[in-house]
Amino acid sequence: MKPHTLSVIVENKAGVLSRVTGLFSRRGFNIESLAVGTSEEPGMSRITIVVIGDDAQIEQVMKQLNKLIDVIKVSDITENERVERELALIKVNAEPGTSRAEIMQIASIFRAQIVDLGSKSVILQVTGDTEKIDALEKLLRQYGVKELVRTGRIAILRGAKTVASLK
Amino acid sequence: MKTGAKILIESLQREGVEIIFGYPGGSVLPIYDELYDSSLRHILMRHEQAAAHAADGYARASGRVGVCLATSGPGACNLVTGIATAYMDSIPIVAITGQVPTTMLGNDAFQESDITGITLPITKHNYLVKNTADIARVVRESFYIAGTGRQGPVLIDLPKDVNTNQIEEQPFLEKVSLRSYNPTYKGHKRQIEKALELIGQAERPLIYAGGGVISSNGSAELVEFATRLAIPVTTTLMGLGCITCDHPLNLGMLGMHGTEYANFAVTECDLMIAIGVRFDDRVTGKLNTFAPHAKIIHIDIDPAEIGKNKRVDIPIVGDAKSVLKDILSMLSRHGAHDTWLKKIKHWKQHHPLRYKNDGKLHPQFIIQKLSELLKGNAIIVSEVGQNQMWTAQYYCFTTPRTWITSGGLGTMGYGFPAAIGAHFARPDLPVFDVAGDGSIQMNIQEMGTVAHNNIPVKIAILNNMYLGMVRQWQELFYDRRYSYTELPSVDFVKIANAYGIEGVKVESPDDVMSALRAALDCDGPFVMDFRVEREENVFPMVPAGAAINEMIGGHPIS
Ligand SMILES: Cc1cc2nc3c(=O)[nH]c(=O)nc-3n(C[C@H](O)[C@H](O)[C@H](O)COP(=O)(O)OP(=O)(O)OC[C@H]3O[C@@H](n4cnc5c(N)ncnc54)[C@H](O)[C@@H]3O)c2cc1C
Ligand SMILES: Cc1ncc(C[n+]2csc(CCOP(=O)(O)OP(=O)(O)O)c2C)c(N)n1
Ligand SMILES: [Mg+2]
Repeated sequence: MKPHTLSVIVENKAGVLSRVTGLFSRRGFNIESLAVGTSEEPGMSRITIVVIGDDAQIEQVMKQLNKLIDVIKVSDITENERVERELALIKVNAEPGTSRAEIMQIASIFRAQIVDLGSKSVILQVTGDTEKIDALEKLLRQYGVKELVRTGRIAILRGAKTVASLK
Repeated sequence: MKTGAKILIESLQREGVEIIFGYPGGSVLPIYDELYDSSLRHILMRHEQAAAHAADGYARASGRVGVCLATSGPGACNLVTGIATAYMDSIPIVAITGQVPTTMLGNDAFQESDITGITLPITKHNYLVKNTADIARVVRESFYIAGTGRQGPVLIDLPKDVNTNQIEEQPFLEKVSLRSYNPTYKGHKRQIEKALELIGQAERPLIYAGGGVISSNGSAELVEFATRLAIPVTTTLMGLGCITCDHPLNLGMLGMHGTEYANFAVTECDLMIAIGVRFDDRVTGKLNTFAPHAKIIHIDIDPAEIGKNKRVDIPIVGDAKSVLKDILSMLSRHGAHDTWLKKIKHWKQHHPLRYKNDGKLHPQFIIQKLSELLKGNAIIVSEVGQNQMWTAQYYCFTTPRTWITSGGLGTMGYGFPAAIGAHFARPDLPVFDVAGDGSIQMNIQEMGTVAHNNIPVKIAILNNMYLGMVRQWQELFYDRRYSYTELPSVDFVKIANAYGIEGVKVESPDDVMSALRAALDCDGPFVMDFRVEREENVFPMVPAGAAINEMIGGHPIS
């Protein structure tokens, strides 16, 4: 049982996301992360799904996804060289004159940006893989995380290869 | 200019639709108005569930796409069981539902229900059409999707204003092309060669054939393949009829209520050739003791079925008929498996299906007589339960598409309306619905439909005054505690008469044949109320989750 990153190219049509997620819940597959957006091709969207399961389960997930009429292509890119990113927005307590400086320092180490500076809080924007964001979150907890929003993971193959060209 | 409703009806006719089964209501008034003077035939059912089952029965008997129509809200919701039944058995139907006007969608308007949401997991695909200009394309795509690849139900939800709006004439869409849907029909040559190698080496091969052979219309190829290589064939409940029951290589049904010899053959075979089957748990029992000594070749049009439940050695994705044709064209020799066939013959002789011969009215006897009378020249539909299993066991099916039953969902109340659909697909054949007293009461209102249209469907109720199949499980596994499974006596003949339908009550085996003949000779619908032995069981029986050679009511392997 390990996480698999699936890249799913779908028709950009109403209801396609509920078809995909409905299939996961109906067949008892657990989605760890999901991100949807438009793709390079007009009319097509790209869904990146991270799902945990053994090989047989993942094979079944992919075959079932492929059966959905609006799904154009499903690829498991877990074994491919790829760039994977998540983005998080974290609102941290930062009363002036207290730990602001420390928070800024942590942010710069993690290459997080300060995207909002309030009188009592700051908002950090960080991108990276899951572990990096987890680590930052953990560090910031001591100052008091007021709000945290994370996107799902998105992934793209390294080099000239594309998911559309994968076998 | 044309209204959406008119475009819909014309599109259906372009697909070759001759008949639809439906029930009107507010949101489909524009469609019904078009039907009023259309040449498209409409049968008014007495419940939308029955409309869906009738479309399904029509599809199974004809091999074409069946069509049903219902209004929004309650009408659409009533279709759900019928759609799920078709989905589980991979039956091509197109269900058309009315919907509230697009301007009111999502407002909890009167008789609004999110039917595309509700049917998402039980349709092959569905559409909510928001523009009149899309109707023609959606209908075209729906029939294409329903009727190709692994077949299945498609639902089209049509808001009222989409049906009333008028648009300019559109050119007819000849070709459907869906970049994301391209079913594979032709099997991979190398895989077929590998399969042939295994077949050449096998000493105890067995064919396990199912619903996919029927839906591919590949029965003749299957029989030729089996005969040329002398390979015995067992079929699932859904595959009955793909090889004639009295063929020397036919072992009948396998699985929970299969024949002992079929289940023995599964357990002892060294090669299993699975064709258009899905390794359902009613068939396999405990998975790791299913075909424990066999290599497995699996031919199936749906790649997701391959390896889903059981690991296979040689997968062949493709249409059963096409793959079998290719195999036949590549066969160089004839087969002989004398020792294996001898063993099977011995099992057949010593482990036949059996029931008590004590002069009482046993349900199995009724099915045998029905089989004797009809000699395969009929369509047999069943309800669900013991009645279904006895029919599967004791009726001699000779031809594909003459056996119609709800296998995957096991829907009580399916049979009678499906029989109505089957009649319209094959008006040349008599249609019998073998029913239970419980099941028939789930769609008994369809007596109204058959009486109204003089539809000659014959209902043979095996009346045990029990929900017999459930009672059997209570007898065997719950210490005979018959919790809510006893049904009081109902005078079914009187009910039939009230609808203007003839009927007869039968209490003795001596009267069985004459009752069946009366039914057959009668021009219209007919009801037979057979008062059978109440606590008869379906044997053999593999308890759920056991190995399939461990059968209650069977005899140790010899
Ligand atoms: C009370 C009760 C008891 C039952 N007991 C038994 C029993 O004892 N034995 C038994 O067998 N069943 C029994 N059933 C039925 C069982 O539940 C399943 O419905 C049945 O076994 C499935 O049959 P199948 O494997 O042929 O698959 P189907 O459901 O008919 O599916 C067809 C398969 O063929 C494939 N296919 C479709 N089209 C094609 C094509 N063109 N080419 C190639 N492949 C194709 C599909 O992908 C699918 O895998 C029982 C049901 C009930 C209600
Ligand atoms: C709609 C529905 N509800 C419940 C069941 C569960 N069930 C399976 S068989 C059966 C009994 C059927 O009784 P009857 O129609 O009298 O047939 P018999 O087994 O007595 O021949 C029941 C309740 C079902 N299959 N379908
Ligand atoms: Mg009964």
